[in-house]
Amino acid sequence: MAGKTLYDKLWDAHLVTEREDGSALIYIDRQIIHEVTSPQAFEGLRLAGRKPWRTGASVATIDHNVPTTPFKSAAEIVDDTSRIQVQTLQDNTKEFGITEFGIGDVRQGIVHVMAPEQGAVLPGMTVVCGDSHTSTNGALACLAHGIGTSEVEHVLATQTLVAKKMKNMRVAVEGDLGPGVTAKDVVLHIIGVIGTAGGTGYAIEFAGSAIRGLSLEGRMTICNMAIEAGARAGMVAVDQTTIDYVEGRPFAPKGEDWDKAVDYWRTLVSDADAEFDAEVNIDAADIRPQVSWGTSPEMVVPVDGMLPDPQAESDEVKRSGMQRAYEYMGLKPGVPVTDIQVDRVFIGSCTNSRIEDLRAAAEVAKGRKKADSVKQVLVVPGSGLVKQQAEKEGLDKVFIEAGFEWREPGCSMCLAMNPDRLEAGEHCASTSNRNFEGRQGNGGRTHLVSPAMAAAAAVAGHFVDIRELDRA
Amino acid sequence: MEKFIRQEGLVAPLDRANVDTDQIIPKQFLKSIKRTGFGPNLFDEWRYLDEGFPGQDSSQRPKNEDFVLNQSRYQGASILLTRRNFGCGSSREHAPWALMDFGFKAIIAPSFADIFYNNCFKNGLLPIVLSEDNVEALFRAVEGKEGFRITVDLEQQQVIPESGEPLSFEIDEFRKHCLLNGLDEIGLTLNEADTIRAYEARRAEREPWIFQ
Repeated sequence: MAGKTLYDKLWDAHLVTEREDGSALIYIDRQIIHEVTSPQAFEGLRLAGRKPWRTGASVATIDHNVPTTPFKSAAEIVDDTSRIQVQTLQDNTKEFGITEFGIGDVRQGIVHVMAPEQGAVLPGMTVVCGDSHTSTNGALACLAHGIGTSEVEHVLATQTLVAKKMKNMRVAVEGDLGPGVTAKDVVLHIIGVIGTAGGTGYAIEFAGSAIRGLSLEGRMTICNMAIEAGARAGMVAVDQTTIDYVEGRPFAPKGEDWDKAVDYWRTLVSDADAEFDAEVNIDAADIRPQVSWGTSPEMVVPVDGMLPDPQAESDEVKRSGMQRAYEYMGLKPGVPVTDIQVDRVFIGSCTNSRIEDLRAAAEVAKGRKKADSVKQVLVVPGSGLVKQQAEKEGLDKVFIEAGFEWREPGCSMCLAMNPDRLEAGEHCASTSNRNFEGRQGNGGRTHLVSPAMAAAAAVAGHFVDIRELDRA
Repeated sequence: MEKFIRQEGLVAPLDRANVDTDQIIPKQFLKSIKRTGFGPNLFDEWRYLDEGFPGQDSSQRPKNEDFVLNQSRYQGASILLTRRNFGCGSSREHAPWALMDFGFKAIIAPSFADIFYNNCFKNGLLPIVLSEDNVEALFRAVEGKEGFRITVDLEQQQVIPESGEPLSFEIDEFRKHCLLNGLDEIGLTLNEADTIRAYEARRAEREPWIFQ
């Protein structure tokens, strides 16, 4: 019999029961809750007179709606509907006895930054959240994926999910990454190769020497965008980097439990003879810094390339999608990527708002200035703790001196639910994860890039090849 | 949840691939704490010429007459016909809520994004996967005849166009059972509370830190 994949092991360890019809009940160890996708779930519990199954399994914070300018209480949130959601989460977590890192708490931040930072996500866990980027947490060798609000309610009430096993895909990136090539470029390249639906129905394990060589934060960036490749869950096997990251975090096991946990966690790797339903092999040397040009994350090109010609696309559905994207983006095929001018820059989001992302952006910003043609550069740390760390290192000063804005933690312009947004027609170099039409503001045009590439675009006023920054 | 057994209705064709949930219901409408009222803002950026905001009277807004759902021949449609990877992106369940609130009961496409597909079933909205060829043929039929209707028979797992052969589709048994009977999934799961507790006891033995 073939060995087990990491996903097989996680699935088997959480299987509560299998039903005759092929569906299964899997146990959920951790639920992360935020203000946007939870109100209707709590309301459902109330209407049915149900209580959470295990309150300690959930941890909540506010991120999607919060302003990134300083505020001290919900009452200071100007937007009525945003304020109501933030208050509703406060009320619900209080009523049902769930821990919330709320306004003014240094631990508050983007769900997928806060939870691993607290050790609330541990190897071997099942982790869900009413947010598709829950896949981020799979970097810790856990089964983590997004769910809808009905499922948020189901997990609150039963600590389980009705699920069907996904298929196994392995994406292996072997070799050394070139200079200027980051985790973000790796994942954008992967999406460009397999497409936005390439991973549909699969759990993806990211493997290979290039992935193992990444920090845990870099692995989170990769797993974060598994969903942009269509896969609900992405994951990376346990190694020393994983163990070192978890050790000492507030929710991590201590003492004897720690040793026992580490022994178990070390088994969370795919067996050598495990079989995958699909395998994708990528040579790290082929990956160059990436820029998305269109309205789907698969529409990416290397920064030293040209915008692609739809006529060269043989698939009719794809071709018409590309043509529509050109129209929306106000761009033309055959133009060099570096000719694209940017109006705003956003450095943040659950993809790229951790300390090493801010360090990478600061390294570029240091001693340089924002181009006059760029209206705004927002730098939004992923959590209060990331912000604190960055300030300790003086990164805030580097950004401010470069003419960038240093903000409070939250999702911010990744999805523009708060006041941070693009105006119609504006091009944005963004370290976020989705370049959909209107995502960052009605009519806004998003280009997905790494933090260093975003900072470089901010100082040049257009995309530049980070490898040639000094010559730009 | 309302039962889904058989649905006969007018078909609206949305000829785009990779329609994401940000398009189905833009972010500014996710600030609601209710499950209803999203219908007027379904596909908001495509349906209207101005920028929508929550709480507005959408009947007074300038419409994009070119957008398919604004065309008179598709008024009252209850079945949406679309292209591959429908519902990709954000996990927002507001997307199926908006589609249902608008009046859609079923969506036909060559493929759906996983989370969206799953969310539909929790709300009695039926996502149907047909082959690219069959979807293409339905697009031609719908565009070719005004008022083209389809019957969806869940029991038989068939899409029955008003002309042409019935088309079979696959569906998971458990989901079919829940839809046909309008079952509350949480209630069903809680019937197995003892099994869940027994599982927890086994896990707590092996991984006590999970329960601290």
